Amino acid sequence: MRLEPRERAPLWLAVTAPLVAVAASLLLTSVLVLWAGESVPAAYALLFKGAFGSRFALTETLARATPLILTGLAAAVAFRARFWNIGAEGQLYCGALATTWLGTGMVAVHPALMIPMLFAAGALAGGIALLLPMILKVRLKVDEVVTTLLLNFVILLLVNYLLEGPWKDPMSLGWPQAAPIVDEGVLPRLVPRTRLHLGLVVGLAAAVAVWLMMRFTVWGYEIRAVGQNPQAAAFAGIGIGATVLRVALLSGGLAGMAGVTEVAGLKGYLTLDLSPGFGYAGIAVAMLAALHPLGVVLSAVFLAGIYVGADSMSRAVNIPNYIADVIVACSVLAVLVSLMLVRFRVRLR
Amino acid sequence: MRGMDNPRPVILEIDHVSKRFGALVANDDISLSLARGEVLALLGENGAGKTTLMNILFGHYTADAGSVRVAGRPLPPGNTRAALEAGLGMVHQHFTLADNLSVLDNVTLGTEPLLSWRSRRQAARRRLQDLADEFGLAVHPERLVGELSVGERQRVEILKALYRGARILILDEPTAVLTPQESEHLFATLRAMVARGLSVVFISHKMHEILAVSDRVAVLRRGRKVGEVATADTDRHALAEMMVGRAVTRPEVSHLEPGAPVLELAGVHVPGRDGAMALADVSLTVHEREIVGVAGVAGNGQLTLARLLCGLARPASGTVRWRGAAVTRWSPRHFVELGIARIPEDRHATGVFPEMSVWENLLSEDLRRAPFWRGGRVIDGAACRRHARDLMDRFDIRCDGMDVPARLLSGGNMQKLILARVLSRRPRLILANQPVRGLDEGAIAFVHSQLLEAKAGGSAVLLLSEDLDELLALADRVVVMARGHMSEALPADAVSARDLGLMMGGDLGHRPAAEAAS
Repeated sequence: MRLEPRERAPLWLAVTAPLVAVAASLLLTSVLVLWAGESVPAAYALLFKGAFGSRFALTETLARATPLILTGLAAAVAFRARFWNIGAEGQLYCGALATTWLGTGMVAVHPALMIPMLFAAGALAGGIALLLPMILKVRLKVDEVVTTLLLNFVILLLVNYLLEGPWKDPMSLGWPQAAPIVDEGVLPRLVPRTRLHLGLVVGLAAAVAVWLMMRFTVWGYEIRAVGQNPQAAAFAGIGIGATVLRVALLSGGLAGMAGVTEVAGLKGYLTLDLSPGFGYAGIAVAMLAALHPLGVVLSAVFLAGIYVGADSMSRAVNIPNYIADVIVACSVLAVLVSLMLVRFRVRLR
Repeated sequence: MRGMDNPRPVILEIDHVSKRFGALVANDDISLSLARGEVLALLGENGAGKTTLMNILFGHYTADAGSVRVAGRPLPPGNTRAALEAGLGMVHQHFTLADNLSVLDNVTLGTEPLLSWRSRRQAARRRLQDLADEFGLAVHPERLVGELSVGERQRVEILKALYRGARILILDEPTAVLTPQESEHLFATLRAMVARGLSVVFISHKMHEILAVSDRVAVLRRGRKVGEVATADTDRHALAEMMVGRAVTRPEVSHLEPGAPVLELAGVHVPGRDGAMALADVSLTVHEREIVGVAGVAGNGQLTLARLLCGLARPASGTVRWRGAAVTRWSPRHFVELGIARIPEDRHATGVFPEMSVWENLLSEDLRRAPFWRGGRVIDGAACRRHARDLMDRFDIRCDGMDVPARLLSGGNMQKLILARVLSRRPRLILANQPVRGLDEGAIAFVHSQLLEAKAGGSAVLLLSEDLDELLALADRVVVMARGHMSEALPADAVSARDLGLMMGGDLGHRPAAEAAS
């Protein structure tokens, strides 16, 4: 078997390939369902119903998708420029810290400005968290995969310290959590009596904004140029340092905003288990979307649906909800393979 | 001379080999044979199918049809190991050596058993020394490959193939990186090899080398074998016509009266970067309406000179004057604004963004500039596409529309894209760094005519090239670079390729015989 590059990929192939990949991953994981002794169609029907089958299920899925859209965009923007930001998890917590600092009454803010200020502060904090790895990369060529990844643990320890110490809510009965966000800082619900909140609108707006920027502005041009061929970008006079700085602020900022939506929208206060790995899952979201900003929305909803649906399914049948992780992991691998098959033709000999 | 009695036994037979890539027929029913003790030259333009054919020989590709026989035994397709064991050896254009290992380690790499009680280093060393002596390939076995010159590295590549018992040596464009004198040395080695019964396939598009070294020439064009002649029965023009398929017309070169100086370097020192040779005390003046050629073996400071004039490096000392005024700002953007058209040496590595469309690639030096960007920020798609359409017509860029990614362009069209990008701005100076490397004859003629047209229009041209014939045909004056130094400029019609070769070898003070006599 060997691979030969295709001249041009037909459109139908580019569109259907990811769908086929997702179907293939569901097929693969059905082996595990069988192993658990359950019926595959029934289990997947339960999963689908749990994710999209009712108003409640749908709002839960979309609420779960909200931070994934933002961390997915964070990864997509950075990866387009070949800046491998693996630190969205830490940047998310930085955004959450900023939200807590600004939103729990520690600082005086005009009530009408509270929500915009929270997002601005969260984005700024996330962006700043990525500055150090960015400077190390540009100045000293330090591998950003290592620095951004390890910084996650540093930031998490900082959160741990604050929650156990100075920021611990005295009313929390000893739990390591911060004081709740003041009322004017809580993101309004989009649908009454559900957990779906304004953060989804922010996430969708961010996706559209990132798409417009990448496609129609000089910054987007420069980011793509630096990502595809840094040598040619330098030759053309594109400032590599300035471009990477913008990417870092944008990527970290988007991840920081995911921290805002979780604290001010979903939970209402900062805890150490605020994110079940949204930052890392954002990488999977971006890969599933082939780094396309609008595709990120779809793949975030898909991932969220798998997680929410698997939770619901595991309550009905004897399959642990860990199956969601398996499905997501298989999907990412299958989509990567499918993207390769879009670019190359397989020849059997 | 052993085995020279008529007819020499055939050692390699390529029998009706065909290979397609999608719609492209890379090899169409090619048959070739190679005798023991023979040098067969394989001539063809880029994309004629030479490399594909060699890749089939080596099992990197499998042929769709046809077969290969070595010494009468069929070669299993798609099996590189079998090809090596059958006695095929290849010296690639881009060397496949590990810089951080010694010559001996590079040669023995992969030949020693993985699990062995003792290394056979001493025996290997003796054998390497014997081969080196036999074929005149002097290199010290313990030196690091990273420290060797390009010519020496090529010797290591050849030794590597011989060490593995190659009886058929395939050389892909072996002289591209050598001085004329080093090339002569290589040819002597090849003659020694065939005299000992080895066979050589010599891939090249340089006619004079093929005429000098080969016994027979096979010409490929668009995947087909279009001719096969004994070297003794042919000449340059016949071969060129066979290769291109029509009579080759060279653009008319006219000498014009040069105008005011555009670029003046005086005593310029520029530190090298990433292992590139530094510029040492370089002085050079380029005037309007003239082409100054820069000759030199690759790696003697041309890279740093190009970086300086692209705005990517700044001098440590000395002055650079632009139209009479000292240059104080060093950035690619500023240099583009001054009016320097920069044609990069490696169009893939520095010239294009592979996944971006043709029209976007045409824009890369116009970022933030009206009328393409509204307010310097947001793209005006209609203006950009109009501009792209106009350039694609004027520069004859052929592709499947302006929205295709640049990676799909052929080498010639990619170079036209770069020319369109830089020449449409009516530059005052054109820095053309290896502008026709890897192009076919048609594209070469186009690039040359564009340079000559720009010269006639008043531009100054600085032409860096490794092809001395190209330099002497196009340039009004020629300078030579060696070890970071630059010779005085000599009138191109007073020097020969041989003079340039001596200067490239390090004797920058050498002067052409005619001038010395006068």
